Order: sequence, then C-alpha cells, then structure tokens
Amino acid sequence: MARKLLLENAHIEGIHTYDVYRKNGGYRSVEKTLKTMSPEDVVEEVKKSGLRGRGGAGFPTGMKWSFIAKPDGVPRHLLCNADESEPGTFKDRYLMEKIPHLLIEGMIVSSFALGANHSYIYIRGEYMYVLHILEKAIAEAYANGWLGKNIMGSGFDLDLSVSPGAGAYICGEETALIESLEGKRGNPRMKPPFPAVKGLWQRPTVVNNVETIAAVVPIVNEGGDAYAQIGIGRSTGTKLISAGGNINKPGVYEIEMNISVEEFIYSDTYCGGIKNGKKLKACVPGGSSVPILPHYLVCKTAAGQDRLMTYESLADGGFAAGSMLGSGGFIVYDEDQCIVRNTWNFTRFYHHESCGQCSPCREGTGWMEKVLHRLEYGHGKMEDIDLLWDIQRKIEGNTICPLGDAAAWPVAAAIRHFREEFEWHVKEPKACMERNYGLVAEKIFEPATA
Amino acid sequence: MAEQTEKINVTIDGKTIAVDPGTTILNAARAIGGEVVPPAMCYYSSLKGSGGKCRTCLVEVNKGSEKDPRPMPKLVASCSTPVMDGMEVKNKTSERVNDARHGVVEFLLINHPLDCPICDQAGECHLQDLAFEHGLEKTRYEFKRRTFDKIDIGEYIKLHMTRCILCYRCVYTADQLTNQRDHGVMKRGDAAEISTYIQNALDNDFIGNVIDVCPVGALTDKTFRFRSRVWYTKPMNAHRDCKKCSGKAVAWMIGDEIARITARKDQFGEVKEFICNECRFDKKEKTDWTIEGPRHIDRHSVISANKYEEPIPEHTPLLNKT
Ligand code: SF4
Ligand code: FES
Repeated sequence: MARKLLLENAHIEGIHTYDVYRKNGGYRSVEKTLKTMSPEDVVEEVKKSGLRGRGGAGFPTGMKWSFIAKPDGVPRHLLCNADESEPGTFKDRYLMEKIPHLLIEGMIVSSFALGANHSYIYIRGEYMYVLHILEKAIAEAYANGWLGKNIMGSGFDLDLSVSPGAGAYICGEETALIESLEGKRGNPRMKPPFPAVKGLWQRPTVVNNVETIAAVVPIVNEGGDAYAQIGIGRSTGTKLISAGGNINKPGVYEIEMNISVEEFIYSDTYCGGIKNGKKLKACVPGGSSVPILPHYLVCKTAAGQDRLMTYESLADGGFAAGSMLGSGGFIVYDEDQCIVRNTWNFTRFYHHESCGQCSPCREGTGWMEKVLHRLEYGHGKMEDIDLLWDIQRKIEGNTICPLGDAAAWPVAAAIRHFREEFEWHVKEPKACMERNYGLVAEKIFEPATA
Repeated sequence: MAEQTEKINVTIDGKTIAVDPGTTILNAARAIGGEVVPPAMCYYSSLKGSGGKCRTCLVEVNKGSEKDPRPMPKLVASCSTPVMDGMEVKNKTSERVNDARHGVVEFLLINHPLDCPICDQAGECHLQDLAFEHGLEKTRYEFKRRTFDKIDIGEYIKLHMTRCILCYRCVYTADQLTNQRDHGVMKRGDAAEISTYIQNALDNDFIGNVIDVCPVGALTDKTFRFRSRVWYTKPMNAHRDCKKCSGKAVAWMIGDEIARITARKDQFGEVKEFICNECRFDKKEKTDWTIEGPRHIDRHSVISANKYEEPIPEHTPLLNKT
C-alpha cells in the first residue's frame, strides 16, 4: 500500500476542526520542534529529507532556507504561496480545504526554523471560501496557544495572517507575490536582489508552496532520513498530483515518487484509465506551463525506459523528448482532443495573465494567441506555424520572470510533437472544425478571406 | 571624501574598461561609448527603479567573472546587471543578442500605431531610432492594433496611450519628482495603460518632465502639439533665472520665435537637470531667456541630427539600399 504523509487523515470526519486534528496527532511536530530542536536542527532535517519545492521549480527546500540572510535586528518572514493558479493544478486547495491545520502546523515549524515571527499565507482571491476555512483554523490555533506570544513557553512568538490576492496568476511568482502583499501592483521584481536577501519590506524572506510547508510536518515527526527513504534518487517523499482531463477518476492523489506514469494513469488506485475506453493521445504532466508529451513519450522515455512520476524521469529527454513534474497538475488527453485548440486555450490564459511589464511577454503572448486562434478557426496559413515557433523562441529566456517561459514552452512542445495536426488545420480547416465543434462547426467556420 | 574603491575590469565587445564595483553593464558600456552601447528604452539613470522592462538592452555574458568564469545561460538586461571583475560581455558581436533584439523591436512595434507622419515625437523618437537600427523592413503582424482614446492629463500634457511602450519612466518621474502620486499603470498585460488617478489633473511643478522622459510620442506638450516637425525647429541652449529649477533648457526656435522649451538631454537621450513647468510651458517669449547659441544634438538618427540633407556615413549603405 502506498504511504500517505499529507492526506492520510484527510478523510476523517471533522479533521478541519482543531479538536479532531489534535486528537489524530496534530501539532506533534510543533511540540517536538519547540521542546527538543534548534532552528538549525529543523533546517538540517529538511536538508536530509531531500524535500524539493512543490510549487513547480523543484528547488531543494533546505538549501533555499539556508540562503536566507540573517542581518542583526532585521525581522525575517516566511510567506506561504497559496496562489495556486496554474491551469490543471488544484492540489493545494484540496489540502487547505480538507486539513487546514496541517498547513498551519507546517507554518509554525518552518517559521521557527527560519526565525520568522510574522508569517503570511498569500492565497488567491478566487479561493475566498478556503480563506475563511484557514482563518477559522488560525483562530483555533491562537485560542489553543499554538500561535501568538511565547508558544508553549518556548519563548518563540509567531503571528500568522492570511492575505488574499485579487485575481492575478502572476502573483504566484514570488516577487510579484511580495509586491502584492505589500499592497502594490503585482509586478515581478528584478533579481537580484533575491527575496532571501531583500524580500517583503526589503527584509529577508522565504516563499514556499503550501504542499512544501505541509511536508515539513511529517519530516519533523518521522525524521528527514525516513522521508528520504521514500521515492527514487533526488525525488524523495510523496507528491500531491491533481489529475484531470479524459480519465475515469479525476482528483487529487498523494503518490510516493516511485510509481510509473503508466500505473498512475491506468491503475484503479489513481486515474483509473482513459475515459470511455479511448486511446491516450497526449499528457501534460505538471501544469499548463510544462511541455506536452505525445502518447509514445508518456509511459516510456525516448530511450524506451519506463517513465516514472519523479522530477528526473519526467524530465528525461530534455525538452526534445521530456517534460517536467512542475506543479503536479496532470492533464490527460484522449484521441479526440485537439492539440491546436488546447495550445490556443493555454496561450489565451498566459496572454490574459501577463503583467505587461516587459515587452516580449506583453506583446508576444497576445500575438501567439491571435495566430493560434486563427489556426483553430480555419483561417490559418502554413507560415503561421513557423511564425509561432519564432515568436515563442523570442519570448523564451528574454523576460523578467518565468511567465514568459511558461507561455513559450507549451507552444514550442505542441509544434514539436504535433506539427502535423497544425498542418492539418491549415490544409483541411473544415474537417478540423467538424471534429472539434461537430454540428456547430458550420456556424462558426468562416473560410479565410484573401 | 568617499573611500577609494578598487576598480574592476569588464570587457564589452572586446573593449576593456575599469569601473567602480556596482556599475551596471550598460553604464560601463556608456563609459566606453560608441558601438558597444546597447540601446535602452526604459532605463533612465536619474530615475530610481527604472530599467529591466523593455529588454532592448539584453546582452550576452560569455564569461561571468574572473572567479566564476562560467557564461550566464540567459541573455541579461545590461541596464540592471552589475559587472563583475573580469566579466566579458557581447553586445553587437553576439548573434543571440542581435536576434533577441530584433525580436524585442518587433514586439514593441506590433501594437504601435506607426503614425510617425503625424506624431510630434518623430525625429526625436527613440523607438524610431531603434526600429531604424534593429528593426525589420516588414511587419509580420496581421491583426488589429491596440488603440486607446487620447486623454488630457492636466492642462499641458496629452497622453496618447496608443503609442506608449510601457517603459514606466513617466511613472517613476511622477513618483520621484513630484509630490503627488497620481500617475501609474492600470490593468495588465497588453491592456495595461498609463493613467492618472481618475484622470486627476497632474498639476505640480515638475510634471512636465514626463514629456521629456517619454521615449515615444505618448506624452506630448500641448503647447507645441502639431505646431511644427521638430526638424524644422532649431535647438538653442537657453537659460533664465528660475527659483524652482536650474533654468537651463533648450529653446526650439522657428525663426525668431520660441516654439517649445525642453530640458537638456545628454548623448544617451537622458535629462540630467529636470526643469519646472513654468520654464517649460509659460516662458515662450525670447525676452524670457538668455539664448546661448545652437545646441548640438548628439543623437544618431538621420532626422534628429538636424542634418537630414547629408546622411551620417555609417547609415549610408542602409539608405542607399532602396
Ligand atoms: S507614456 Fe511614455 S514614458 Fe510613460 S510608460 Fe508610456 S512610453 Fe514610457
Ligand atoms: S533599458 Fe534595460 S530593459 Fe529597458
């Protein structure tokens, strides 16, 4: 049986309340930390665990923590990034909704490790109901002495606040998040300086994803070494995957990072196979930003090895033949789905969400969307495919923040692996429209004017 | 006295210079001068926080420093990347840079109206120069361009957002030079626009400087709008006694009349001494000023050089191509 570290108790009735959570072993890690460990000990355990950022980048958490600057007399901050907005990703919502105290517990231990006395959870505004759940749980934690002054007589003070975003994907980028939290327009900052040196209000700051912070709880409880036992290679521990698309059982799954992609898609424990007995066409394994994989590269790598649900194996083959674990937003496409339409939809999202600060992203995303729209709706030209390639190439790597890359990669991968489908859209626009829109195709199809 | 700091060496396109630690690549390049200077559409040395946005100044760092010689994987914005000792940078000599810069220019132009024939900025427009030097001859953009309504921000300034490249210079100017923060960016992505707080009049003494920092024709002087093409006017250094500012300006003359007043810009198109609104908008009589003599405009564009009848040699091949 697969072990669950985060969601093990998620099904228990009333686990979102303090009493039930506590009765099931909640806040043990805080007791252990504050009574028996120094902040350095906690950082050490996290380092040993091999935990990597669960928000998408996969940067080793212990290392990130050890980078935080510690100038005398300057407060430090821990920010929890709960601005989960990557299309296809809904794992943090599930965790916060079901078991909010786990996040709070993780925040306390992590804040202690970093020496932060005021920490924040920055949550996307669309999750307003989750914010209410969190606020209630935080109030309970205060009432029971887990937050506030001198927690458990340890001398450690911690205030925890929740702050909602106002509906911008870009605020999931850590420096834009910081700007937004400071009450400014959510534009990413130029780096350096990095948040570890100058973050919130110019103070040393660490920003971690919800799942990352929650994972600190089992790491402290069981020890970093035990955590590192789970998984393969540098992909240690468990990972929440939000599975969606044409599968029988969409939902949030906690996996040990050693199962194969094939098992994840086809076994009844997880996705339960492709819906309606259809064939697999493609898969986006880590949220809309990561490269799409064609069916022949989903379960096997280019070298013919089994592909695993790990950071390394999903990236095997680089961008030419691999993808990324990303945020764990796992989207499965069956044979009926249109890659052009999907790419257009993703690009529409990035265009809408670009902050508009730097020119390649501001102008390039909109341009790509327009070209893709034209291809999808039967007005495309053969040159459009190369044009798209060129636009994405000129955005990638040339922007202030990673949103530019996130917009470029899906377009590049779609053209790389599904060029024929793009060409088919140009050659036989009517047939494409009929496949994608059935009976209404007639109504929306307008042949290209000269 | 400031402490004597050790200078560090940086090489740009094969030319080496010693600069103070903390100097950006762009400023090191400007200290060398000439061809090695990357174009900069958003950075403005006197405005804190400016730069990093337009991406025209991207350069390739093929050696990080003496200590860590690894090349930087991505192109970097030279205006906001500090130099390291022993760093080696490629600007014009890098294929990657030229390619990326082509891309940036194209991006800046796809939603630009290209209405130079009726734009007051034509002739002293940085986007025009940039496109001339780094742009393509044809556009590949076949969609409707973004447009906005023109708005008046205050008595003297017209905002024509359609032409704006969102460099944020005017935002920093309004923020740092004037006492009111009424000017900022609303919306996001390619719908983002410069605006004033519920179209508040921006009436404070130094707001006129947003006109000078704007690299394009998005912010123009209403007292000069449509009066003349800039190349028909003669720039003269002029000064007057002013209580608010240095009183050092440029009077752009048509015959004996002053058509407009601007601040003085350096060879990189930047104002070092900002002037007040009174000097800029109210003092339009020759008797208001002491005229010092003709001002040399040190820009490289054919039309802003005030010598459009004899093209500068370096551009001759391009001009003869037609
Ligand atoms: S109006 Fe001019 S100065 Fe202001 S952001 Fe636009 S281009 Fe820059
Ligand atoms: S001048 Fe450097 S990015 Fe604009």
